Amino acid sequence: MIVAKRKPINEIAEMLAPYKKVTVIGCRSCVAICLAGGEKEVKMLVSALKVKNKKDGRKQHIEGFVVERQCEKEWIKEVEDKVLESDVTLSMACSLGAQTIGDMYPSHLTFPGLNTGMFGVPEEQGVWSEKCVGCGNCIIHTTGGICPIARCAKSMLNGPCGGSADRKCEVNLEVDCAWAAIYDRLKIQNRLDLIEKVTPAKDWSTSHSGGRRVYVREDAKLTPHQKKGREGVQ
Amino acid sequence: MTEQKPKIVGFCCERHGMDAVVLAARSGKQSDASVRLVQVPCTGRVDGLHILKALEDGADAVFVLGCLEKNCYYDTGSIEGRKRVGYVKQMLSEAGIEKERVEMFNAASTNAWAFPEAVAKMVEVARKLGPIGGGERQ
Repeated sequence: MIVAKRKPINEIAEMLAPYKKVTVIGCRSCVAICLAGGEKEVKMLVSALKVKNKKDGRKQHIEGFVVERQCEKEWIKEVEDKVLESDVTLSMACSLGAQTIGDMYPSHLTFPGLNTGMFGVPEEQGVWSEKCVGCGNCIIHTTGGICPIARCAKSMLNGPCGGSADRKCEVNLEVDCAWAAIYDRLKIQNRLDLIEKVTPAKDWSTSHSGGRRVYVREDAKLTPHQKKGREGVQ
Repeated sequence: MTEQKPKIVGFCCERHGMDAVVLAARSGKQSDASVRLVQVPCTGRVDGLHILKALEDGADAVFVLGCLEKNCYYDTGSIEGRKRVGYVKQMLSEAGIEKERVEMFNAASTNAWAFPEAVAKMVEVARKLGPIGGGERQ
């Protein structure tokens, strides 16, 4: 899932300071699971901002709402009135949610309340770690199911670098060396022969380095006729 | 003009927390603050939002009173309560609001001094800091 973190409250308050009417919109998907922008977090932020406004003597109307998935236009429609009647919308979703609102209402101001961090997994309650960078060409079937691109600081493809010592990464001694983990996993799987296979230099054009990516599935796209029909229903 | 009483909200667990309150009341201890007690089944039930709402609605200071951490009726409830208080303190600091306005206390049911001591500490904080945003109390 996408893992994000709330921006510091003073930074958010500074962004919103010039505006009289603020709508805060959270998301019940990834950012709710990582406790950054779900219903509870929206309510707490709204309350904290109200307390801050009281302290600063600022008059500002702040209301909070939550949608199912902020990255999908259909769900944003549910809070369209609330968005448009405010001076500014603070998105408590990942950047995708904030940009979806921004794309739908280009003349309306939409600011980010979260810093979007990574594709990660919950390791334990309250701990999330990065396991994928979305490079667009997955190879974990050759590395024991562990991604060296995301989990190695240098994204090494053919074993550890010279800085790996005592199974730890030289960038951060608290982080396990991804290649030590890959070795262990391949050993368990009786596939250690894979570690000797040379992986050629990676084609990064499938990643963000190749520019903005757009994936299309032709059979799922609506034809102009279908689009017209849907518009009619709406 | 007489000084208005500080407004304090206390979330007390219905086990050792409230027992300590009742014991303090029986011993006749008085306070010069306006303390509103909210009884909760366990301090693990106290949410950061409850604390923030109390501050938003006019409390000068908020405290949470629960069982001793190694003697919590629900085992880890008062540990949860302390974590929630800690998170609210962090949010207040980020917002430039004095984190001392929120505090966690623990008591055994036999500690008659625990509740008056918690109130006294919060009154001291409230008097020192005044209402949030200054001015008259709501």
